[in-house]
Amino acid sequence: MATDPFPDIAAPQSRIMAGLTRVAMAWGNVVIQGISTLGDISLFAMQMLAWMFSSRPKRETLMPNFYAVGVLSLPVVALTGTFIGMVLAIQSYHQFKTIGLETRLGAVINMSLVRELGPVLAATMLAGRVGSAMAAVLGTMRVTEQIDALVSMGANPIHYLVVPRFLACVLLIPALTVMADFMGIVGGYFYSVIVLGIDHAQYLRNSRDFVGGFDLFTGIFKSVFFGATIAVVSCYRGFHCQPGADGVGRAATAAFVQSFVMILALDIVLNLFLDAVYFAIWPSGAKLF
Amino acid sequence: MDDSILSQITSGTTATSEGQVVDIRQLCVQFGKQVVLKDISIRIPKGQTVAIIGESGCGKTMLLKSIAGLLAPTSGRIVFDGVDIHSLNDMDMTRLRKRFGFVFQNAALFDSMTIHQNVGFPLRQHGVPQGKQAQTMILDRLAEVGLPSNVLPKKPSQLSGGMRKRVGLARALILEPDLLLYDEPTTGLDPIMSDVINELMMRTRKRYPVTSIVVTHDMHSARKVADRIIMLYPYSRLKPGEKQILFDGTSDQLDQCPDRRVQQFVHGEAGERLMEMLSSRNNSGDLDTINLHDPIARNRKQER
Repeated sequence: MATDPFPDIAAPQSRIMAGLTRVAMAWGNVVIQGISTLGDISLFAMQMLAWMFSSRPKRETLMPNFYAVGVLSLPVVALTGTFIGMVLAIQSYHQFKTIGLETRLGAVINMSLVRELGPVLAATMLAGRVGSAMAAVLGTMRVTEQIDALVSMGANPIHYLVVPRFLACVLLIPALTVMADFMGIVGGYFYSVIVLGIDHAQYLRNSRDFVGGFDLFTGIFKSVFFGATIAVVSCYRGFHCQPGADGVGRAATAAFVQSFVMILALDIVLNLFLDAVYFAIWPSGAKLF
Repeated sequence: MDDSILSQITSGTTATSEGQVVDIRQLCVQFGKQVVLKDISIRIPKGQTVAIIGESGCGKTMLLKSIAGLLAPTSGRIVFDGVDIHSLNDMDMTRLRKRFGFVFQNAALFDSMTIHQNVGFPLRQHGVPQGKQAQTMILDRLAEVGLPSNVLPKKPSQLSGGMRKRVGLARALILEPDLLLYDEPTTGLDPIMSDVINELMMRTRKRYPVTSIVVTHDMHSARKVADRIIMLYPYSRLKPGEKQILFDGTSDQLDQCPDRRVQQFVHGEAGERLMEMLSSRNNSGDLDTINLHDPIARNRKQER
């Protein structure tokens, strides 16, 4: 019976090296898997775009997706938008009051909502409510051979299943973003003016002076990319679902987590790009990065 | 694409090979290093019903999906009416699929659609005008499989397993295909419903000049519906030089086959398979699942 648990490793240094090698290999494997998945998702998106421009989707496939993405997401986006506006007012009020700028609260709340929180909040709600459901539905269709059945009857599953979901997300997320912005502004106003007693006229004037058309455009422009990311990642996860209930569950979870991470990463890139555009158009503006 | 081949795809007027409808030539299907099908060659004449039998994991369903164009083979060809189906582009393949009907193991009905929409799906997909003609076709196919018209507004989840299978058969038949592919049509059904499905398959063949390929474990079903039975064996368990097709002949010839593996399957006897499984468990135990890069696990294995 052997007593040495590491018979082939003589020195502690070797043992440390072996451990480090193992960790490096594990991380290398994660990186390779990540790049491979990103490549697969890109190819999937290209196929989807090719089908979208080559053949118009049928109304019967578009309408249920538009309803699920747009109409059914509206209440939750509106509700969370309102709460976020109120929370921003609560968090900022005391700091602003100490320097006597509480009437500027509207500017900060509205700017944060329109440029950043509105689009990210709408995208997060969409990824959680619609993205996971898309992955679960498509994953179940994969597992129960419904996608094979579609192919066997001459339908292309990307054209039939992915293109309508993509269009629903891309075309309706701007509307959801505007709803999140609006309800957030209303929530912020309500808490600041009605609850905290800030002067109504000053609050509105400051809000109007600080938030411009480009800020609104920034949020809506970003939201289109967020919607596209949610649709592509969620549909990809559904199409590549592993068999069984566990596989469907994992696909739904992965769809949300990966969409959310990609939304935040994309948010950085798009903010840098939009700021570059802003300063190209208005060079005298204050530099933000 | 050449016009003559295009007309062959759409109309089914064969210009080829001695009335062969399906000609599988040296088909190989492999996933990574795992070989599922190797050098499979089968010719199926027009109108014949072939049952493909074999134990789980022998590649029956992979063969069926390759024939339907749902799975691209690693090598080899599948020729349907003179056309190599895996050489077709998407558009031509879509046209060709109008001539195929596929009955899936669990029916694979679309959950989000009603029975009416499910059965009518191939009609909509292939541009058959919706209206009285389509409605009549849907009702006729449902009647052929013994389903009343009151199932039309229901969703698949509201039907029993046997009814769903019959809806799947009606959907496969709606375009009156030349080739019907059945994936384990009687699995999971009670004996009476299994026989109903068998009878429906036989009636379908009498009504239409259809070529059928039936993948099944059910020997009663295979003997009843098939003109010819082909038995596949898992590639991983073949001896060197052996062919994966262990038997190819009629139901009567099946009983005379001298191969012990064929007789064991036909009579449902575990034989030495149980001992093989148990001995492989005893030899490897649960150690196969241990990560052998882990020095502690490796050391424990050496100790044993």
